Amino acid sequence: MAVQFSEEKLNKVKEIIARYPAGKQKSALIPVLHLAQESFGGWLSADTMDYVAGLLQIEPIEVYEVATFYSMFNLQPVGKYLFEVCQTGPCMLNGSDDIIHYIKEKLGIKVGETTPDGLFTLKTVECLGACGYAPMMQLGKFYKEHLTKEKVDQIIADCRAQANN
Amino acid sequence: MGRKLLLDKAHIEGIRYFDVYRKNGGYAAAEKALKSMSPDQVTEEVKKSGMRGRGGAGFPTGMKWSFLAKPEGVPCYLVCNADESEPGTFKDRYLMEFLPHLLIEGLLISSYALGANTTYIYIRGEYAWIPDILEEAIAEAHKNGFLGKNILGTGFDLEIYVQRGAGAYICGEETALIESLEGKRGTPRIKPPFPAVKGLYQCPTVVNNVETLAAIVPIINIGGDEYVKYGIGKSAGTKLISACGNINKPGVYEIEMNISVEEFIYSDEYCGGIPNGKRLKACIPGGSSVPIVPANLLLTTAKGEKRMMTYESLNDGGFATGTMMGSGGFIVLDEDQCVVRHTLSLARFYHHESCGQCSPCREGTGWMEKVLKNIEHGKGKMSDIDLLWDIQRKIEGNTICPLGDAAAWPVAAAIRHFRDEFEWHVLNPDEAQRRNFGLAHYADPLPVAAAV
Repeated sequence: MAVQFSEEKLNKVKEIIARYPAGKQKSALIPVLHLAQESFGGWLSADTMDYVAGLLQIEPIEVYEVATFYSMFNLQPVGKYLFEVCQTGPCMLNGSDDIIHYIKEKLGIKVGETTPDGLFTLKTVECLGACGYAPMMQLGKFYKEHLTKEKVDQIIADCRAQANN
Repeated sequence: MGRKLLLDKAHIEGIRYFDVYRKNGGYAAAEKALKSMSPDQVTEEVKKSGMRGRGGAGFPTGMKWSFLAKPEGVPCYLVCNADESEPGTFKDRYLMEFLPHLLIEGLLISSYALGANTTYIYIRGEYAWIPDILEEAIAEAHKNGFLGKNILGTGFDLEIYVQRGAGAYICGEETALIESLEGKRGTPRIKPPFPAVKGLYQCPTVVNNVETLAAIVPIINIGGDEYVKYGIGKSAGTKLISACGNINKPGVYEIEMNISVEEFIYSDEYCGGIPNGKRLKACIPGGSSVPIVPANLLLTTAKGEKRMMTYESLNDGGFATGTMMGSGGFIVLDEDQCVVRHTLSLARFYHHESCGQCSPCREGTGWMEKVLKNIEHGKGKMSDIDLLWDIQRKIEGNTICPLGDAAAWPVAAAIRHFRDEFEWHVLNPDEAQRRNFGLAHYADPLPVAAAV
């Protein structure tokens, strides 16, 4: 399948480019990569990055440089639900190691792996700015905070239910 | 109750929305500034307020503004730094989620003072739901004539755009942020030239933290002379402190900078003490980069004075016995926490976040993580402690941006104050896997019962 934004998304790209002075459309790169990652399966393939380079009239290497620098861009396929669990200082003080261990056991995967059904990927991340609501993880657009084992069970069950619908 | 200037209306239902914000005195400061003050008068007011940048470095905001070059025919930019990534810090998120119009109003007044007609809010990518809140507020402000062309009939134009980052601590450093906003990797630039002369698109640019820009609103409302009466001395005004770690009531608190650290930790108005009757072991009061201090030095300075929540008092004694206000990310460790493990966690963070541009930081952060991992997992040698000290010394001051210092200081302070805990890990590798070192002699000078 060729990589191609919908009409609506292309208009969004135009709107983003219009935020910057003429000739500075490269500024749109990170917002457009976010849009591309959302639109094309949660990760950035080489084809996707080349497509974005074409849209912004920049060299593909300029896109690769950026995509490989920022931790939110996935350069490999990920599961439908990406658990990004914070493990930095304040979360650690509140038991993030136990939460990570529990998710590993519950899903039967290691950090960085995806469940065979392609539903879940587990990643550890560094401080997400939710230190007062620790332990926490990012799931899609939102944060899941004050995690407990029970809460993790619920999140996993909710994801499964949603995937089955 | 401490006096509040930023969060005084945070409890009002619907304050997120323009109408409610406006009804409660919102945009009065913007009207005052745009209609009755010249841009220079606004800057003068900010100078008088004595407010210091709330992002971490604590540089006086009015002075920073006055450095902005204003060559003819070149646009200048205001960029709001909402990259908030310092571990322990989550205050800007609170402001943006709950009081977006306070930030928009602060941006309007500041852009007017600086002569910027385009302003970008650079927000960390993980705060993925907040741009929607900000963009909704921006649209409301537009509709009501507080953004766009000819604002309030004054002839001043302003557009505000929200830009998401994509996960990089380094982009909180202002020149890395600018690089990122230009669509590049977030690698800090060599200064000079400073952004005030050559910043975004090589144009004069001011980069200010979210809280700093929000605080412009009360400064204009009450006047710089009044603002400076809050707090003590050069710690003028109020500060948002995001408290976390082992405390009863984690969260974002606005403090007037005239209370003691002891009051902040133990009073019910703020952190509410340590959970489960445990004792205070150590604290990092200003975000993970600032030195960790043991309880005794946290509550009292080396001179025996009560330590206050001010820039000066927290810094009293320098790095030998003091620490820093930093970003206000207040991390509390109770008696059961392991300083080695915690330092390892922070070292891993800085290793992960190093942009890789300067060798001392790129190589040094990874090396420190490795050595700390060995000590934590019972494979350390006594000489490793000196090695760690040596590595951090060679990073500090030898990098383009302050991330090197930020990575070095937590390790240095942990060894400085908790060396015997590191030695205990080396000498008792098996025991150190089973239990933590505990409180030792860093005793909390307060009896638990007297807390509150």
